Amino acid sequence: MKTFLILGGGTAGTMMAVKMSKKLDPRQWKIIVVDQEPSHVYQPGLLFLPFGVYQPQDVLKERRSFLPRSVEYIETPIERIEPEANRVVLGKDQRVIGYDYLVIATGATIRPQETEGLMDGGWRKNIFDFYTYDGAVALADFLKKFEGGKVVVSVAEMPIKCPVAPLEFIFLADWYFAKRGIRNKVDLILATPLPGAFTKPKASAMLGSLMEKKHIHVEPDFAIMEVDSGSNAIRSYDGREVPYDLLVSIPVNMGAEVIENSEMGDDLYFVPTDKETLQSKKYENIWVLGDAANIPASKAGAVVHFQMEPAVENILAHMQGKPMHAKFDGHANCYIETGYNKAALIDFNYEVEPLPGKYPLPLVGPFSLLQESVINHWGKLAFRFMYWNMLLRDIPLPVSNHMSMVGKKLN
Amino acid sequence: MSDVLASIKFDADGFMEDAKQWNKEVAAALAAKEGITLTERHWVVLDYCRKEYEAKGEAPTLRNITKNTDVGTKELYELFPGGPGKLAAKIAGLKKPTGCI
Ligand SMILES: Cc1cc2nc3c(=O)[nH]c(=O)nc-3n(C[C@H](O)[C@H](O)[C@H](O)COP(=O)(O)OP(=O)(O)OC[C@H]3O[C@@H](n4cnc5c(N)ncnc54)[C@H](O)[C@@H]3O)c2cc1C
Repeated sequence: MKTFLILGGGTAGTMMAVKMSKKLDPRQWKIIVVDQEPSHVYQPGLLFLPFGVYQPQDVLKERRSFLPRSVEYIETPIERIEPEANRVVLGKDQRVIGYDYLVIATGATIRPQETEGLMDGGWRKNIFDFYTYDGAVALADFLKKFEGGKVVVSVAEMPIKCPVAPLEFIFLADWYFAKRGIRNKVDLILATPLPGAFTKPKASAMLGSLMEKKHIHVEPDFAIMEVDSGSNAIRSYDGREVPYDLLVSIPVNMGAEVIENSEMGDDLYFVPTDKETLQSKKYENIWVLGDAANIPASKAGAVVHFQMEPAVENILAHMQGKPMHAKFDGHANCYIETGYNKAALIDFNYEVEPLPGKYPLPLVGPFSLLQESVINHWGKLAFRFMYWNMLLRDIPLPVSNHMSMVGKKLN
Repeated sequence: MSDVLASIKFDADGFMEDAKQWNKEVAAALAAKEGITLTERHWVVLDYCRKEYEAKGEAPTLRNITKNTDVGTKELYELFPGGPGKLAAKIAGLKKPTGCI
C-alpha cells in the first residue's frame, strides 16, 4: 500500500482529498488528511461576521463531513515534516507517518506578536482582527456597542490572505455605520504599507476613487512600527502617528508554524514552490497548494480552485513517470464588497493586471469587472453556497481555470 | 545628470535596466539623485542586496534584509527615507522589486 498524505484539511487539502480519491486506485493507495481543528472555517465569511450579516453557523462546519469516507482523517497538530526521510511526525503520541507523496496545504495564519505592542493592553478590548473566527466574533460584539470615533484599519505587511479584504472591511464599515445613523460620528482610516488602495494600477485607481467618494482616508506607505495601547495610536517607521478609538488590524501573515519548525519555508515561512507546476522546488514528491506556497499569486480560495486541476494532472503524470505539462497561470478573481449591497469584481493572473469589462460570459456579463454592481454582490454571497456545496465537493463551477482576455477592455 | 549615469538605461520609474552596468560610482551618483550620501551602513545594505540579487535574481524584501544583516527596520528607514525596499534596490542598480499581492 502506498500513502498519499495531505497536511491541512482546509480549502486546498479538502479539494485535493476529494479529487485524488476519484483518481487513485484504493487497492494501491491510502489517502490520509491531517488537521488540528474539528471545524472547517469558510474564511471569506469572516468579513461579514463583524457586521452581523453572517452568523457563526454560516461560516463553521464539521471538517470530517467534507472528506470522502474512503479517506482517513487524523485530527491532531502536525509537529514536523522530515522531507529527507519522507515522513511526518504528528503531535498526538508522536505518531510517525511515512508517505510516498505529500501535499502541503497548511495555509497561512496571522502573527500579531510580530508587531510591537499589538497584543498589549488593548488586544481584544479596542484592538481586533477579523482574520480568525474568534477575532471576528469578538469584533462583532464590540461594534454593536460602538458609538463613534476613529476607526483605523491597519495592514501590517504584505502579502496577506485575500489582499482586498481590508478594503472590503472598510467599505462595509462605512455602510454599517450609515445604517446605524452614526456615520457622521465615525472617521474611517486605512493605514496601508502599499502606495495606494491596492497593488495593481488600474484596480488601485478605481478603488482609490471609491474610497474618496465614501470619505475614507488612506494613509499610504504606512510601515507600522508599533501600536501604543496606552495612548491609542499607531506609529510608522517614518515618524507618522495615527490615533484610533478602534483599531482593526490585519497582522503579519505567515505560513504555518509546522513549516517554520521543519525549516522548509522562506522568511515568512511560505514553502518555495514552482509557480507553474506547483511542485516543491526542493522535493520532487511534494506539492504545495493554496496559501502555504510562496508563489507570486494572491492567497485566495479562488486561486486554490484554479490550481487544483493543473496540480492533480501533474501529480498523476509524475506518478507515471511522464513529463508534467499542466501549468497554473496565476489566475485569481475576487469579488470586492463595496457596501450597500454592491460589489466589484477583479480577474487577473501572473501577467495581466485587473481590467474593466465583463465576466465570466464575455460581452454579456453577467458580472462587471472593476465596477460596482448589485449582481456582483449576489455573486459574492452565492460564493458561500458554491464553496460549501460545489467547490469542496468537486462539482465543477461554470468558470475556466485559465484566464480569458475576451470581454476585457485594455484601455 | 552626472556623467557616470550618462550611458545607463533606466526604466520609467528610474530603476536600472541592466544590473551589470552598476558599480560603486554609479551607486554614489544614484544615491545623490535621491539626496543620500552613502555611508558604511548604507553599504551593508547595498552589498547584501547585490549578493541576494546575484543568488536569487530578485531584490530582497525588507524582512529579509533585517533578518540577515545587523541593520534593523528603523535604521533602514533612516538610511533610505521613504521606501527603503525600493530605494535600496534602486541605488543597488537592481530591477524594481515586484510588490506582492
Ligand atoms: C477574512 C478573509 C477573507 C477572505 N476572503 C476571500 C474571498 O473573498 N475570496 C477568496 O477567494 N478567498 C478569500 N480568503 C482567502 C481564503 O480563505 C484562503 O486563501 C483559502 O482558505 C486558502 O486555503 P488553504 O487550504 O491554503 O488554507 P486553509 O483553508 O487556511 O487551511 C489550512 C489548514 O491547515 C491546518 N493546519 C495548519 N497547521 C497545522 C498543523 N500544524 N497541524 C494540523 N493542521 C494544521 C489548519 O487548521 C487549516 O485547516 C479570505 C481569507 C480571510 C482570512
